[in-house]
Amino acid sequence: MNFNFKHEWIETNIGLMAVLTMLAISVGGLVEIAPLFFIDKTIEKVEGVRPYTPLEQRGRDIYVREGCYLCHSQMIRPFRDEKLRYGHYSLAAESQYDHPFQWGSKRTGPDLARVGGKYSNEWQVQHLVAPRSMVPESVMPNYPWLLSTPLDISDAADRMKALRKVGVPYSLTQEEYKANVVKFGETVAPLLHIPDAQKNLLEQANFGNYDGDRSGISEMDALVAYLQVLGTMIDFSKYNDDAFVDNR
Amino acid sequence: MSEQKLQSQTVQTTGHAWDGDLQEYNNPLPVWWVYTFYATFIFAIVYWVIYPSWPFGKGWIGGLSDISYVNSAGETKTHSWNTRALYLEDMNQAAAAQKPYFDKVQSMSYEQISRDPEITAFILSSGKALFADNCAACHQSGGQGVVGFFPNLTDDDWLYGGSYEKIHQTLVGGRRGYMPSFSEVLSAEQIGDLANYVAGLSGIPHDAAKAKAGDVLFHSETAACYYCHGADAKGRKEMGAPNLTDGIWLWAGVAAAPSSEGKVAAIRNVISTGLAKGVMPAWGGRLSPEQIKVLTVYVHDLGGGL
Repeated sequence: MNFNFKHEWIETNIGLMAVLTMLAISVGGLVEIAPLFFIDKTIEKVEGVRPYTPLEQRGRDIYVREGCYLCHSQMIRPFRDEKLRYGHYSLAAESQYDHPFQWGSKRTGPDLARVGGKYSNEWQVQHLVAPRSMVPESVMPNYPWLLSTPLDISDAADRMKALRKVGVPYSLTQEEYKANVVKFGETVAPLLHIPDAQKNLLEQANFGNYDGDRSGISEMDALVAYLQVLGTMIDFSKYNDDAFVDNR
Repeated sequence: MSEQKLQSQTVQTTGHAWDGDLQEYNNPLPVWWVYTFYATFIFAIVYWVIYPSWPFGKGWIGGLSDISYVNSAGETKTHSWNTRALYLEDMNQAAAAQKPYFDKVQSMSYEQISRDPEITAFILSSGKALFADNCAACHQSGGQGVVGFFPNLTDDDWLYGGSYEKIHQTLVGGRRGYMPSFSEVLSAEQIGDLANYVAGLSGIPHDAAKAKAGDVLFHSETAACYYCHGADAKGRKEMGAPNLTDGIWLWAGVAAAPSSEGKVAAIRNVISTGLAKGVMPAWGGRLSPEQIKVLTVYVHDLGGGL
């Protein structure tokens, strides 16, 4: 059989076998991933999604540090039961500035993609310190140190610079700032300006007083600020319920 | 090649010998396996034709399978199969099944609902699920609340009113509790007098002489407690100011204090530092009008009143 000849030929030419193996396993990636970079409809065109403020970004870093993602996803799937419990399904646009994104399919706790505004700051603080005092059947660990640990704000600008390198539109120069004014508006653009990171962080934390304690800024302030913005950036009442149906 | 026996000739080998005598059988694959393998090819081609498959230009090939749904603007649309169109179709079907009930809920007055056993049963079961998903995290699954944090919905004590209309208003717009700090307006002695008076209102042992001074202060323009709590200290629901005479203490930590001195001290502490607690989120943007009406009736059934 002719087949036998080819088989032997590949097996005895290790270079050729490596090339053919790579070609074979690339097909999946080329067909399933590469087109997403060229298809127009990968990311929905919506108003309101912006990068996180310095305080929210610090909160997000604490969320990742504490491993919240191990039990909580941030991706509401387009199913009726998920809509009833969590709200509108998540859009790709909503995590376009997330590095890394917090999607996931492991839900020991509920999905948090739209937890922003669902509970009061006071509930969030008490629930993080002692989850079972609010939800008796909860298996979530206690995070009391968030309330007692002062937030390290010294590297707020550096964290934004790092994200800027991977494509988040935080502004460093005046030109970038002006571009952000056009893109995000005059109220949001100043919050994304890296040279003002510490000032913006302090202002938001002092004004919001997320942990209910005016004596200082704790890690709890940052984490609650982050949780309270999750899923709130898009006003879905502006869109028909099938506005995003072409994006899949 | 050595003198050792070559492998059996009943099954063919690949025809190649390694290291002189190592050979490999070339067993044919079972027929059922081969045909299943070919069948997966055919399945894939059929799948590509029916469902969205290959990227094409700036989009992709949608496939022959269509889904029809009615969007929120009332337009009937047909879209090639995808999970978001499927979701809309699913929502349509559920809405159609629930429509007779929700239409009735929306069109009936609260009094009519309370007299209609079928709709009341619908509200008790759908309201239970809504309450569990949205309200129970704070008010607990039975509506009993958490002392120190979130009010009990099963008793007669309502901060903002327990009528259908007031509960509806609370649900749609949320609430924000607030009591100012009096530490800069009043002296420590005055605050102590007020605390003794307020303790006496609900029968907590207190200093009668101080309470008498506190009584005057409570109704004076200096402290002006009566603005919010009312001249009879029974609270004013339009401000969310609680009744101070009923012995129910949500935030002041009075119930937890072991001694009467501790209870008076807890009251003194609240007058001195004020309260910025009691934030209830607004649900108007998160739940539909029908869902809010269902919850209004459900919460009213827990312990609604005036």
